[in-house]
Amino acid sequence: MNQWKNFSKGFFKENAVFTLLLGMCPTLGVTSSAINGLGMGLATTFVLIMSNLVVSLVKDLIPDKVRIPSFIVIIASFVTVVQLLMQAYLPALFESLGLFIPLIVVNCIVLGRAESFASKNGFVSSMIDGAGMGLGFAMALTILGSVREFLGSGKIFGTIIYPEQYGMLVFVLAPGAFIALGYLIAIINKLKKA
Amino acid sequence: MEYVLIFISAIFVNNIVLAQFLGICPFLGVSKKISTGIGMTGAVTFVMVIATIVTYLLQKYVLDAFHVGYLQTISFILVIAALVQLVEIILKKVSPPLYQALGVFLPLITTNCAILGVAIMTIQKNLNLLQAVAFSTATAIGFGLALIIFAGIREQLELVDLPKGMKGTPIALLVAGILALAFMGFAGLV
Repeated sequence: MNQWKNFSKGFFKENAVFTLLLGMCPTLGVTSSAINGLGMGLATTFVLIMSNLVVSLVKDLIPDKVRIPSFIVIIASFVTVVQLLMQAYLPALFESLGLFIPLIVVNCIVLGRAESFASKNGFVSSMIDGAGMGLGFAMALTILGSVREFLGSGKIFGTIIYPEQYGMLVFVLAPGAFIALGYLIAIINKLKKA
Repeated sequence: MEYVLIFISAIFVNNIVLAQFLGICPFLGVSKKISTGIGMTGAVTFVMVIATIVTYLLQKYVLDAFHVGYLQTISFILVIAALVQLVEIILKKVSPPLYQALGVFLPLITTNCAILGVAIMTIQKNLNLLQAVAFSTATAIGFGLALIIFAGIREQLELVDLPKGMKGTPIALLVAGILALAFMGFAGLV
């Protein structure tokens, strides 16, 4: 398969958040600012690449019946690695992402790619698939985080665009996550039809 | 009084779906009809309470006792996955009608982040066993409340004429946002 196509499909055609609607919990939960979205996206990307690599290497050794539990153990191991690394080197980000780091385990994108792609393909294309899907996810989270941070507090990545008191606080809070994502998906639906 | 507070806080103020963003997948996925919403709520309540009790005991008597706290994520997800399978097998044998009602939803629950989320939150909040049971029950009721209200609204939405781009997920997310706004009114209650 064409590797570039394999990589780029995660950004537009099969973007996890905007078109497949997978991994909604972290998408809505951590995107109160652009930097949180980016951090979560990159953490997920790491888990995706590594779990795809390992799954594609051991796929012939695992009996078909215990496939899913084995994948979950592999994914959970890498999530623990990310969790410990973040706690050691990025404590501030670790604090603000909180519960959503261990919850990468139950992110449907990761198990979905392991099951539908890595268990059928070689390790090079599996890693590229993981990188594409993961970075596409990170892109979606960063876009949503930027929109919410801009509307809510007048900043993008902490850079002040307009004074904070004119911001609509609701976009940083829970309801804003649903509303902002709803409009983003509507815009993308519109663009796709055009 | 303490338990009343746990209930009010978990159902209204810190609603698991609308304030904490856990369990969004089933919230969006099975909320097209009220009846499926009720079935899902039943299955989630059942598994959430049992899973919280089991993971609580696991944390206290295995992970803490042997100082292997870093295995929390791996062991919890394995226990939950095994538990869901077990519940499915037992239900099939003991109560076929209940299995008929909840059966389809059980496999979906393993990847419901609300279950793992509540199990980890219980440990982080340092609750005792009885409080953990109250907390998980209340959280499940909160999930059910949000899901059933949302399903009710979506049933009505079927009849509404919408612009093409807004159909399906976008309008569902907007409705969820407005519902979350309404639930914000409970903030400060506890």
